Amino acid sequence: MDNQVFTLINIAVMTVVMWITPLQFVPFMIWLERKGSAIIQDRIGPNRAEIFGFRFFGMVHNFSDVVKLLNKENITPTHANRFFYTMAPFWSMTVSLLPLLIIPLAAPIDIFGHTVRFQAADFSVGILYILSITSMGVFAVILAGWASNNKFSLMGGIRSSAQMISYELSMGLAIVALLMVYQDAQVSSMVETQGRWLTVFGHELPLPNWGIFLQPVAFVLFLVASFAETNRNPFDLAEGESELVAGYHIEYSSVKFALFFMAEYSNMVVASFVIATLFLGGYQVPYFSTDVLAAHPQEVLIAVCILGFIKSVLLGYLIGLKARQQETVFKKGVAKWEPFLFSGLFYGLSILCLAGLIYAFNGSFAPWFGPVLTTLLQMGCLLAKVLFFCWLFVWVRWTLPRFRYDQLMNLGWKMLLPLGLVNLLVTGVWLLISK
Amino acid sequence: MLEAMVFYILAAASVIFGLLLITRVNPISSAMTLIGVFGALAGLYAMLNASFVSIIQILVYAGGIMVLVIFVIMLLNLHKDDLQPMRAQPFWVILALVALFGTILGPILFCVLPNKDWTWGSLTPDFGTLMMVGEKIFSDFLFPFEILSLILLTAVIGALVMAKRKL
Repeated sequence: MDNQVFTLINIAVMTVVMWITPLQFVPFMIWLERKGSAIIQDRIGPNRAEIFGFRFFGMVHNFSDVVKLLNKENITPTHANRFFYTMAPFWSMTVSLLPLLIIPLAAPIDIFGHTVRFQAADFSVGILYILSITSMGVFAVILAGWASNNKFSLMGGIRSSAQMISYELSMGLAIVALLMVYQDAQVSSMVETQGRWLTVFGHELPLPNWGIFLQPVAFVLFLVASFAETNRNPFDLAEGESELVAGYHIEYSSVKFALFFMAEYSNMVVASFVIATLFLGGYQVPYFSTDVLAAHPQEVLIAVCILGFIKSVLLGYLIGLKARQQETVFKKGVAKWEPFLFSGLFYGLSILCLAGLIYAFNGSFAPWFGPVLTTLLQMGCLLAKVLFFCWLFVWVRWTLPRFRYDQLMNLGWKMLLPLGLVNLLVTGVWLLISK
Repeated sequence: MLEAMVFYILAAASVIFGLLLITRVNPISSAMTLIGVFGALAGLYAMLNASFVSIIQILVYAGGIMVLVIFVIMLLNLHKDDLQPMRAQPFWVILALVALFGTILGPILFCVLPNKDWTWGSLTPDFGTLMMVGEKIFSDFLFPFEILSLILLTAVIGALVMAKRKL
């Protein structure tokens, strides 16, 4: 196959993958939010919806949500500006999916004479692209608030726009500090840089060269700003239920509301991807660079199998514990033995891991095996980091109360912005000294 | 071929959005179409290999300034009576267009276009990148850049003084 054609196909496939990935995360995030809030508030959480008796630990509630939202009456208020009222949810969803295009899922690998890249677009201005797309996200909220012709939604929209403008600045400053330490704006090279060892004044420290170690202050700034940009608690003044009923999406129902709802969660997922990529080494497996991983497929496979074995035994055991509780709740039917089934599945997976271990000790590997295994491992590593931040979003939401509006503005303008500027200054001086 | 197609699509989009911008009655609609103009212009810049300028066009103009513009429009609290469409006689419109193109732009274009040598020589591979723009700004054009930031600061302080008499 022609090299150029191969590259085009590669980009097209990766674009579709990057488009679908956050959409797949959305139901998981909704489930995580419901179950997470239940755990934090010492409740059981959703566990009633079922398909043929299977409840999948409350995951089935997402299906019922979809059916409910699709069947609701699609109301357009009479005084609304129809065009912008309809456009806002689509804008919101589109913009929330776009930044993921520049996130690399794994290191590029050479296979069958071609270089396969796991990144849809690798702009030279990569990191600014993220900023510009998030800045476009404000319009969805403003338009939804304004076009609904409702004073509560308008107030939600105006609050949100003021908040996003304020926190974009600190986000930008955090990114500038990152640009200074990485000396590059291209996301792929930023992630590659993070695969090295942390070097301070020529001494290698036993830490990976991650953004969180290089720029801890910028990490905090970026984290706080991304909470504000995604309109999540403690910054969810745009939809503060106690003051604005539901904020900017008060007049929305049915599919349009579903789009806003999905956009909120996919925003979170994308923000998690961005934080993981910029500050936690992206796809880099800590302490093991891509070349090392690709050169030692046997050791990697052994390690993966051992880790998988431990994890699946642990999960099987934990779900088995849960199963006995469930037995007391559901006296009969599928729900009684369903957790035992999942527990058994995980135990089966652990046996599969043992089989893989035997294969790893005996087998000789094809030349493509190392790179492919490396790619899978790196994707798994990125996934783990992303899931951690997804959980952090849920965790913070159900732990912290909402800010008052003046507190929000004070935090943005009087704390984060000066902190970002001082951080820039210190970083500049540091770079000058260490050179 | 592909490049020309993309160029014509973007150019047409910017012209159409520009026309919509001046013909809408509702200021919010105008502002939104202005975002479309900025987006199309950003695409044109990207085609000219000026990736930094194109991304800044989106980031600063479409993302930052337009939010402020919409913010101001919303704060103006315009009523339906304020938003009457402006009726112009077609005669005057055509006259204005002819005057504009015939007397100002037309001669310039006719004089300049055929005579000018539009071949620019080959560009360096790092043309328009973040590195090069940054280097230019902070070495050759440092003084104008700082003056510009001072002017912006003046505007901010002026706005503060006008808005808040008692600091």
